[in-house]
Amino acid sequence: MILKITMAVSGILLVLFLYVHMIGNLKIFLGAVDFDHYAHWLRALGTPLLPTMWYLWIQRAVLTLAVLAHIYTAAVLTIRAKKARPVKYAHRPKVQGSYAARTMRWGGVIVLLFIVFHILDLTTGNLNPVGDHEHPYANVVADFAPERWYVTLFYALAIISVGFHLWHGIFSAARTLGQQTMKGQRRAKAIALALSLVLVVGYLSVPFAVLVGLVD
Amino acid sequence: MNIKVRVWRQSGPSDKGRMVTYDVKDISPDASFLEMIDVLNETLILGGDDPIAFDHDCREGICGACSMVINGVAHGPEKATTTCQLHMRHFKDGDVIDVEPWRAAAFPVIKDLVVDRTAFDLIIQAGGYISASTGTAPDAHAAPVPKKDADAAFEAATCIGCGACVAACPNGSSMLFTAAKITHLGLMPQGQPERDSRVIDMLQAQDDAGFGGCTNMGECTEVCPKGIPLSLIGRLNSDYRKAIAKS
Repeated sequence: MILKITMAVSGILLVLFLYVHMIGNLKIFLGAVDFDHYAHWLRALGTPLLPTMWYLWIQRAVLTLAVLAHIYTAAVLTIRAKKARPVKYAHRPKVQGSYAARTMRWGGVIVLLFIVFHILDLTTGNLNPVGDHEHPYANVVADFAPERWYVTLFYALAIISVGFHLWHGIFSAARTLGQQTMKGQRRAKAIALALSLVLVVGYLSVPFAVLVGLVD
Repeated sequence: MNIKVRVWRQSGPSDKGRMVTYDVKDISPDASFLEMIDVLNETLILGGDDPIAFDHDCREGICGACSMVINGVAHGPEKATTTCQLHMRHFKDGDVIDVEPWRAAAFPVIKDLVVDRTAFDLIIQAGGYISASTGTAPDAHAAPVPKKDADAAFEAATCIGCGACVAACPNGSSMLFTAAKITHLGLMPQGQPERDSRVIDMLQAQDDAGFGGCTNMGECTEVCPKGIPLSLIGRLNSDYRKAIAKS
């Protein structure tokens, strides 16, 4: 149970980050000057209380801890689940619950692989065709260029995986933290779906805009 | 009707076990699933074979003894129905029906379709009780219970402890069972003294017995013959969170 509470709390923290990150991404529609200005502001966030970049590193540390805690608890619970059913059913139809619920584990792995790629691409710039720290707008435009369709495809796949992950994850976190009425269950599931859809649409709008030339 | 059944045969706890196919002929569509197995067993006995061992008792859907996973679904395809109350008219002539025992480390197979559900008793022993004074019976209505709570407690108390929730759970978790007991006792005034220790002890017993962790997938409530709602697990979680905050 402590494991599950840890999973729920770390998950909620990560969802909050995803929302803030999405709002930042959407600044790309305001143009290169605004977007680059926003990106540079992130480094200065917390100044003058903290030295430059300090806040950013604190946030990175907290998020890394949350990701590690989330993965650790998921791994322990998965191992426990495997041990709890040593002999498999010979006949096992697809589970009756949602697609989202039964893809949590592999969906999570896809998302993790994407996070690694995403950091190497748009944070460190190693895998980015431009990789210019001073001009993130240009990095994004180069990243989703039509000839790099596979990057866009992987991005879209990862975002959709996040959407499914959160559709069940947000509801599951609410339940783990004690949501307990039938009316609340319907509401929690609806909110989880709405929050996931907003995130998917918000994140996918950026590569879509680059592809159709709205952002260039 | 004529059907084929593929049944899990396992001669004892140490046997590896396998699916064996049998033809079952001239079954009435009005026969219950267990009666169909009875008929099959009669032919097996007449042929000198070992009959299929399975658990059953009341055969009217209230004892929780029958325990078969039919075509991959605990208690078969009908909603809110125990295996004994499932009738052959829900199958088609010529169907091949797979019958397996509950699959869980905490429910080891004793023979064929019979599993050992002692693990549920251990969970109950850990906290599924209340303290009551001995002596003369207390006055009726000495402890008033709001109608809403009485109804909700009764709904949870309809759990017959069959274990279908564990059989269906992709994680092999007994959370719905434990949550039903926590809710049933925790909603009553008589259940308050042990409310905090109950949830901690019963969850510990559940983990110790080798059940998996709940991921709120909701498979359990789909197969529950009593339709115990998934929301009770939230109540257990809430009770647990409050109990550890106090301890």
